[in-house]
Amino acid sequence: MAPATSRSAIAIAVTGLRKSYGDKVVLDGIDLHIAEGTIFALLGPNGAGKTTMVQILSTLIGADGGEAHIAGHAVAQEPDAVRDLIGVTGQFSAVDNLLTGEENLNLMADLRHLERAAGRRRTAELLDRFELVEAGKNQATTYSGGMRRRLDLAMTLVGDPRIIFLDEPTAGLDPRSRRTMWQIIRDLVAGGVTIFLTTQYLEEADQLADQIAVLDHGRLIAEGTPDELKRLIPGGHIRLQFADLQGLESAARAVGESTRDDDTFTLQVPSDGGVRSLRALLDQLDMASIDVDRLSVHTPDLDDVFLALTGQPDTERATVR
Amino acid sequence: MSTHTYAVRDSATMLRRNLIHMLRYPIALMLVGIPVVLLLLFVYVFGGTLGAGLGGVSGGRAEYANYVLPGILLITVACAAQGTAISVAMDMTEGIIARFRTMAIFRPSVLTGHVLSSLIQTMLSLAVVIGVGVLVGFRPTASPVEWVAAIGVLAMITVAVIWLSVACGLVTKSVEAASNLPMPLILLPFLGSGFVPTDSMPAAVGWFADYQPFTPVMETLRGLLLGTAIGNNAILAVAWCTVITLVSYLWAKKLYNRDPSR
Repeated sequence: MAPATSRSAIAIAVTGLRKSYGDKVVLDGIDLHIAEGTIFALLGPNGAGKTTMVQILSTLIGADGGEAHIAGHAVAQEPDAVRDLIGVTGQFSAVDNLLTGEENLNLMADLRHLERAAGRRRTAELLDRFELVEAGKNQATTYSGGMRRRLDLAMTLVGDPRIIFLDEPTAGLDPRSRRTMWQIIRDLVAGGVTIFLTTQYLEEADQLADQIAVLDHGRLIAEGTPDELKRLIPGGHIRLQFADLQGLESAARAVGESTRDDDTFTLQVPSDGGVRSLRALLDQLDMASIDVDRLSVHTPDLDDVFLALTGQPDTERATVR
Repeated sequence: MSTHTYAVRDSATMLRRNLIHMLRYPIALMLVGIPVVLLLLFVYVFGGTLGAGLGGVSGGRAEYANYVLPGILLITVACAAQGTAISVAMDMTEGIIARFRTMAIFRPSVLTGHVLSSLIQTMLSLAVVIGVGVLVGFRPTASPVEWVAAIGVLAMITVAVIWLSVACGLVTKSVEAASNLPMPLILLPFLGSGFVPTDSMPAAVGWFADYQPFTPVMETLRGLLLGTAIGNNAILAVAWCTVITLVSYLWAKKLYNRDPSR
């Protein structure tokens, strides 16, 4: 193997990466540098090019231009060296449905060329860790969505890959399974693994990632730590609606800093969305004896990010560009 | 480092995978019904008349049972090939294939797994058909050595036809199309010396029948199992099988290695 691996602390290096399908440009000159042992989140809406990015970096498809190196190995020229180091869990289930969970893991152990005994040990260990010991005897067709996703990730981990690609790992999972998946990802990074994650959820990127890049129509429109990124977007707010202009005016005087809309009698009060600040706000309104018609709490989401970065909400941009 | 060092190991692993598939969903084996029905049809419905037309010593149904069996064996191979094309096409729609493509394994092993498992299923199907053949009057005169040679010839044509259907399964976009592509193979024994001697056919059909790949294979099998003259058919059979295998293998490999995004 090339000596570059040990010298460089960069796990994934991408410069000027381009890819189109016919006339449709999917990736339009992407540059990225991801440090070893960190979680990187590629954030973007459906159709932004996230999956294409993962497919190119994991040697599944070729790029039209630019370069990508995984631990110093060029993706296009040394695909097998790259494949030896990576693990991929795609958006679509990559388990063999006719095989049992245990057989699927054993298959991976054999294809990773582990010794037979070591492979069987690894299988048992992963079944236990992913709570699939009982289900391991059943065919994968019988698995629920969450179990299938766990098996999928367990299969990726069989060969102890140093760099793991997770393409929307929590899409379609219930909140509990999502938290389990997050914990698994955190544990992996604690073990020194580098993770390249794609997601549509700002919250997920915020929870997990050391670095976030926002992908939109094949270009990176922002890059930074979660805190840097959140500074770019307006924070959350509490939205108060009143029956008449008088209520709105007295409330605006009572709560201080806020944005009012006289046409709809609504007031937007900046807030972190926490219970404490909400209670404080309600106390203030109570004290001034103001009746609130309706109240809602808004936390910043992907739409806010796009609104802040592009000046247009996500849904309207497609027609503009 | 090259994945070629793992060619045998990875192919064995994939074979194990395909054997489990075979036990749980034996497509190729399920298709053995077609040749069995054809065999019964040709022996008990057409056999009396067709057998008389052969002009042999005994004539009739008993003689025709012997004459038709090699043709039925190749129909068995063609039917199993359809099963192979279907299972390859089905497999390619599964997400696990994308996973295999991102792993450092010997690439053609996914395909060799299919080929070996189909070979096993087809040989089992052939054994069933020969067994039914014996029940309805097939009386081979082969010595043990000739039996081994006959099994070798069957394995050769099976491997050739299976690689061709693996390529068929890869080139089509849907499972339905994959099941239709190898269909013409089932007709080849009819348009050869499988059911009637080629010299009884009109000139153009007879010419095609004489020069198509299945005829020398069937003639070689007939010679080995029943003691008829083989002539240069054995060499032709080996040549055809080698060419079909080689071309189909390279084609299938190229299809599997193409960039799925292009």
